[in-house]
Amino acid sequence: MSASTLDRFLASELVHNYRRNLPAVIGSLIVLGFAFTVTFGPGLVAQDPYDIAQLELMDSFKPPAWLEGGDPAYWLGTDGQGRDVLASIVYGTRISLFIGLTAMLASCLLGTTLGIVAGFHGGWLDAVIMRIADIQLSFPSVLTALFLMSAFGTGIEKVLIALTSVGWVVYARTVRGSTLREKQREYIQAARVSGLPNWKIILRHILPNVLTPIIVVATIQVGTFVLIEASLSFLGVGVPITKPSLGLLIKNGFDVLFSGLWWISVFPGLVIMLLVFGINLLGDFLRDELNPRLK
Amino acid sequence: MFGYVIKRAFQMVLVLWAVSVLVFVMMSFTGDPTYMMVPLDATEEQIAQARRLLGLDHSHLTQYRLFLKNVLQGDFGRSFVFRQPANSLILERLPATLEIVFLAMAIALVVAIPLGVYAGANPKRAGSHAVMAGSLVGISLPGFWVGMVLIFVFAVKLQLFPSSGRGPTQEVFGIRVSFLTWEGLRHIILPAVTLSIGTLAILMRIIRAEMMEVMRQDFVRFARAKGVGQRGVLFRHGLKNALIPLVTVFGLMLGDLIAFATLTETIFAWPGIGKLLVDSIYRGDRPVIVVYLMFVALMFVVVNFAVDVLYALIDPRIKIR
Repeated sequence: MSASTLDRFLASELVHNYRRNLPAVIGSLIVLGFAFTVTFGPGLVAQDPYDIAQLELMDSFKPPAWLEGGDPAYWLGTDGQGRDVLASIVYGTRISLFIGLTAMLASCLLGTTLGIVAGFHGGWLDAVIMRIADIQLSFPSVLTALFLMSAFGTGIEKVLIALTSVGWVVYARTVRGSTLREKQREYIQAARVSGLPNWKIILRHILPNVLTPIIVVATIQVGTFVLIEASLSFLGVGVPITKPSLGLLIKNGFDVLFSGLWWISVFPGLVIMLLVFGINLLGDFLRDELNPRLK
Repeated sequence: MFGYVIKRAFQMVLVLWAVSVLVFVMMSFTGDPTYMMVPLDATEEQIAQARRLLGLDHSHLTQYRLFLKNVLQGDFGRSFVFRQPANSLILERLPATLEIVFLAMAIALVVAIPLGVYAGANPKRAGSHAVMAGSLVGISLPGFWVGMVLIFVFAVKLQLFPSSGRGPTQEVFGIRVSFLTWEGLRHIILPAVTLSIGTLAILMRIIRAEMMEVMRQDFVRFARAKGVGQRGVLFRHGLKNALIPLVTVFGLMLGDLIAFATLTETIFAWPGIGKLLVDSIYRGDRPVIVVYLMFVALMFVVVNFAVDVLYALIDPRIKIR
């Protein structure tokens, strides 16, 4: 990016509004915090919770450091295997966010492609794709994902497939709508008349013009996926026990909740809430900014 | 209107058929249920007999034809675990699920409507910002985790409410319900509140947005000009019009509540269809999973159909294509 482009971006309305929008700033700080944690976190926590050699069974079920019986070495306490809850959360957040982001990218790619194809091609292809989308929408995503996972069995790549199969629809519908609208515009007709091949029209002219609404959908979807994945893992049909996400950490803590050992499940839940809250704050800001009709 | 209803009814059948194909395909290509039916030391003979009994010795196409024929006759086979017809299992547990779903919906509406109206009518006030922040927290929370925290606080620590189960039920018109006795209410309150959180948060946002839109309209200004009080403007003119679009999200809301009931019921050991589904998934009890999916699909399709028709009837401005 050249200096002048950067200057223009910094002087833009988007940046101006962003600076005056406290929720948006808070949201991006939260998201940045998480980006930092998942990148450098494992180097900062004292323990690799999945290296058995580093676990001390003697240290199991320690409460958080500020409570009676707490150990300053374990700020947020330990679980039944003597795993540091904080370290488990750092590793679990990596898995949750990885799944959320990857599934979002896959859904976006698949949904946008199908949406453009449906809108641009029209006819039977459009009908088939959109009918599939309608059927999908008549079922809540969580239920579809739960059903798919019950057929697949646990595994990160299976969670990704399940999330993508429910996530593409929203892009396909949005993009199809924008494509239909753009297709009518004169500049597309001009491009056609000038003999540009279809794929070039799609890539150069349609795609850039249908991208804006997708950004909002994509942002919020990362949060939605983190929540759905947590639900699946909580039910035991998500990630495998060797790769516990935040949802699976909550499940593990649920089993001992009735003995009063609350910290094992409460902290991972708070982290999910903070993460999704930050993402939603950003998403709300983007929606208001990028959708001028709402102003 | 009539043509539209016919067209939608045809679409409904098409959707249900597609769901039946999907369910059948997923079920046929994921594992063989024969081994759930026979003892571990079964002979070849016994295995072959079990396969015949399950109809697995036919081709996939024939199997699907048989499956469809049985489904149309309301026969989904017997549960491998309970040894009774799968559809009666679902019907037995349905009232428990509908009870928490409707109670959750009622809680969500009762809380969300006043707060949404307030935030939509006074978008600049600090209270409205608090309402919006609260609803954003609400949609960012994992619902099942909220349930756990409620159990910990109200059942384990304060011991105000029981942590699981449905408690005593009473029969009303042949349906067993639990909200009529004090003990039953104590059992239902935590699961219903847990289930309502997500819907409540979304409803609040929708009502606020609709109210903001409606309050800008000319008829609101006219109502003010002719001297209608603030309360009358907000509720008789504002809310009444803001609620119309809410009808369209009713189907989605119901769907989400039924879906999230699987988690809530699992946490609170609530004996509804959601817990039955999760248990059946663990046990590989295929007939029950199939009947759950077909039943829920039927319910959603019918509700969405009713919602669309109702919407057109309520608001004559809507033109049906």
